[in-house]
Amino acid sequence: MAEARVIRVKAGPRLWLSGLWLTFFALAAIFAPLIVPHDPLAQDLMLGKLPPAWVAGHEPGYLLGTDSLGRDVLSRLISAARPALFVAIGAGLAACILGSVLGLIAGFFGGWTDRVISRIVDIWMAFPPVLLSILLVAFLNPSLQSVIIAIAIIDWTRFCRVVRAETMQQRRMDYVESARAMGLSSIATLAREVLPNVLPAIIVLLSLEMGIAVIVEAILSYVNLSVSTDQATWGSMIAEGRGIIYQAWWVLVFPMIALFLTVLAFSQFGEGLKERFDPVLR
Amino acid sequence: MSRNLLIRLGSTMVTLFGVAFIVFILVRVVPGNPIAMMLPPGASDADIALLTAHYGLDKPILTQFWIWLGRALQGDFGMSISLRQDVMSLIFGRLPATLELATLALVIAMALGGALAITAARFRGTAVETGIDLANGASLAMPDFLWGLTFILLFGVLIPVFAISGRVSPSLDLPFVTGFYLIESILRLRVDIFLDLMRHMLMPALALALPLAAVIAQLLKTSLKEAMQQDYVMLARTKGFSETRVLISEALRNAVIPTLTLAGVQFTFLIGGTVIVERLFSYEGLGNMAIDAVINRDLPLIQGIVLVFALIFVVINLIVDLSYALLNPRLRHG
Amino acid sequence: MTEAYLDIRDLSVALQHSGDRLLRRVSLAVRPGEVHALVGESGAGKSMIARAVFGILPKAVTILEGQVTIEGADLNGMSEAARRLFIGKRAAFIPQDPLTALNPSKRIADQISDRLIHILGMPKAKAHERAAALLEEVKIADPERVMRLYPHELSGGMRQRVLIAAAFAGEPRLIVADEPTTALDVTVQRQILALIAGMQARHGTALLFITHNLGVVAKLCQTASVLYAGKVVEQTSVRRLFADPRHAYTRALMAATPRYDRPEESLKPASPELMGELAREVAETDALWAKERAHG
Repeated sequence: MAEARVIRVKAGPRLWLSGLWLTFFALAAIFAPLIVPHDPLAQDLMLGKLPPAWVAGHEPGYLLGTDSLGRDVLSRLISAARPALFVAIGAGLAACILGSVLGLIAGFFGGWTDRVISRIVDIWMAFPPVLLSILLVAFLNPSLQSVIIAIAIIDWTRFCRVVRAETMQQRRMDYVESARAMGLSSIATLAREVLPNVLPAIIVLLSLEMGIAVIVEAILSYVNLSVSTDQATWGSMIAEGRGIIYQAWWVLVFPMIALFLTVLAFSQFGEGLKERFDPVLR
Repeated sequence: MSRNLLIRLGSTMVTLFGVAFIVFILVRVVPGNPIAMMLPPGASDADIALLTAHYGLDKPILTQFWIWLGRALQGDFGMSISLRQDVMSLIFGRLPATLELATLALVIAMALGGALAITAARFRGTAVETGIDLANGASLAMPDFLWGLTFILLFGVLIPVFAISGRVSPSLDLPFVTGFYLIESILRLRVDIFLDLMRHMLMPALALALPLAAVIAQLLKTSLKEAMQQDYVMLARTKGFSETRVLISEALRNAVIPTLTLAGVQFTFLIGGTVIVERLFSYEGLGNMAIDAVINRDLPLIQGIVLVFALIFVVINLIVDLSYALLNPRLRHG
Repeated sequence: MTEAYLDIRDLSVALQHSGDRLLRRVSLAVRPGEVHALVGESGAGKSMIARAVFGILPKAVTILEGQVTIEGADLNGMSEAARRLFIGKRAAFIPQDPLTALNPSKRIADQISDRLIHILGMPKAKAHERAAALLEEVKIADPERVMRLYPHELSGGMRQRVLIAAAFAGEPRLIVADEPTTALDVTVQRQILALIAGMQARHGTALLFITHNLGVVAKLCQTASVLYAGKVVEQTSVRRLFADPRHAYTRALMAATPRYDRPEESLKPASPELMGELAREVAETDALWAKERAHG
């Protein structure tokens, strides 16, 4: 099985580099209003489609150029980190809590509880996820909250399946038996004995899920089903850039890079954690 | 074997029914009145009531569901609210485009993934394998959405060799009778149309194919390398067969079997991905229409499309199960 | 004395990374039509010799010195592709475990005729005919039906018969059999041994028979090499080997062979004195070899 591991990058730099970018991303999101050079919504048609600072025809002060309405691309890029971070944390945690709780219950109690939950997971997997998320957001009315709810409703199954399997494995171990023999209630046994051992797997999945949430939010705002237009998002910037691709490539390219690096960082952070947690792989 | 097939078909039906029911309920319990959206702003309550009754939206939800299901089973999905056309014919008009795109992507993914896996397994332990592993990791790191955008930039703008929107050039006169343009262009030997189609389809297909190709390459390489350790491979080597021949005629068939199930699941992801990739390339397929339907809150059309997608999903799973049984002699005779 | 068909001379192989020798200047010869036993405990290097003959040593193992000659042609001097075809036309291999040595997803017919068609260039119809004839010769009933089956549909004994048929199908002048009965039930073992002996006699094939069972050696072979730690410690005719075993290890091996008439003796473990003596001998060989290498 060790052969299946593809890129044998050392866990160290992988964690460091992705962690570095995620910190940068989070700081940009938190302090966005303080650090943006321009108002990300301020339009100035006289300054429309200005190229980035290293291309002929640029204006000083617009490092990454402007879009067709004269809005500063860099400012919008930083400001768009906010909804991305918000969705990553919100949707990631919501899917994680929903899926993990159901997975713990199914794995710990087994029997018909397990059968019912597993059957629901199976039916859930028959839905095309992208279509379902578009459907959900449209009918919940486009907003960040809807995006978060939609992602949680679709992706809880990822957590549920893994946590259920891990919990079943833990339950067979001696320490769980002895905890129960000492008179601990089921809930207490789950929380104090099983959960800490399943936690590493949950954290790894959470990191991966946050990356998925960022990309899903970008797709939804690309089709104009996320936040309203008075908040810049990477997806909406990409949609605008796609429209004026022959005139102003920079409107498309920079949000793409930001999106790619963030998605990559979340997945690599998860992979790095997995290597660190899993004693078999080390 | 046939008993298993019946059970599988039964559970497929149950899943489809579940999907139909959930989608139907979901579409109805969420806020937003589609009838009000269809009418001009000044419409009277009487107008709204009239139209609501016309679409059967005034009846209890369960009654609506049974009516809808009964009609759906006869192929009647109702009328699209936004496009004012029969939903079934709208879907059939777009389905061939999506099927062709997904199939092209699948063929590319299998050819590319298979070739990479075989090359990596043939030159295992060398720089070639490491290089292929790195390429796989890279193509997995990017979702199809970003691959699509990258291709648009690279081959649509930077080196403009491909078209970045649509399915076929509007200037072309299509003498076709079905919606399967690609297949018909081959059958009718219309090279010009075929090339124009490819100029439009290759980039979206590649964007969909790359993540799947990487998954296939990884899985197949692992099982190929495992198969190459087996005794029957060693025996074939003593017979005088070359390493490449041994890899292809002894190891490959055994390695494909475990790859198949996982690749089948991945293919359903590819189908799901057509929705956004079609949007990205303004490709006139089912997924693109689905997004428009959602934006316009076109209930009958949404239901029809989601059900068709779910049908495609379960059919793929069925095909994977069947071909698994067909490829594995132990199951065939057992 | 006729000339040897297979001639291995001074063959030394070693693990690439550590340099540990797995074969220590092994020399042995098998003459046309002769059955030569290669005897030794597991780990002595018997299978390594077989792999060296077919040029399929594991990647981690390198040849340090020595030749493998078949029909007077030095195999190590040939290109990879030339050696493969040369071997494929002249020699065949009967593997140890019939359960894993047949490809689970290929029909029996293809697994017998593949060499005939692709290496020996026989027309398909003729190869099919020949495969059926061989299956009949290894006493498989209804060969036409069996040829359409997959390995999992046959018993272990049947599969070993198929492998024997496949080995003899190309009329090779040499067959290397690597403990072909070890994985089988005792009752089946005898039938398979008798089958191999009969086939060998009929086809006049030279046979290198690898085994750890001296009882089998006495029944089947004319000459024998006793291998210990990759070193040939005794090489002689089978009659002489049993009448007058020279090496202490050979004697220990004989003592360890179960004998129904004297069960208490066969359970004796090897004495510490013998183990010490053997270890000293191996160390001496290595020291001598190292000295020679340093000078040469």
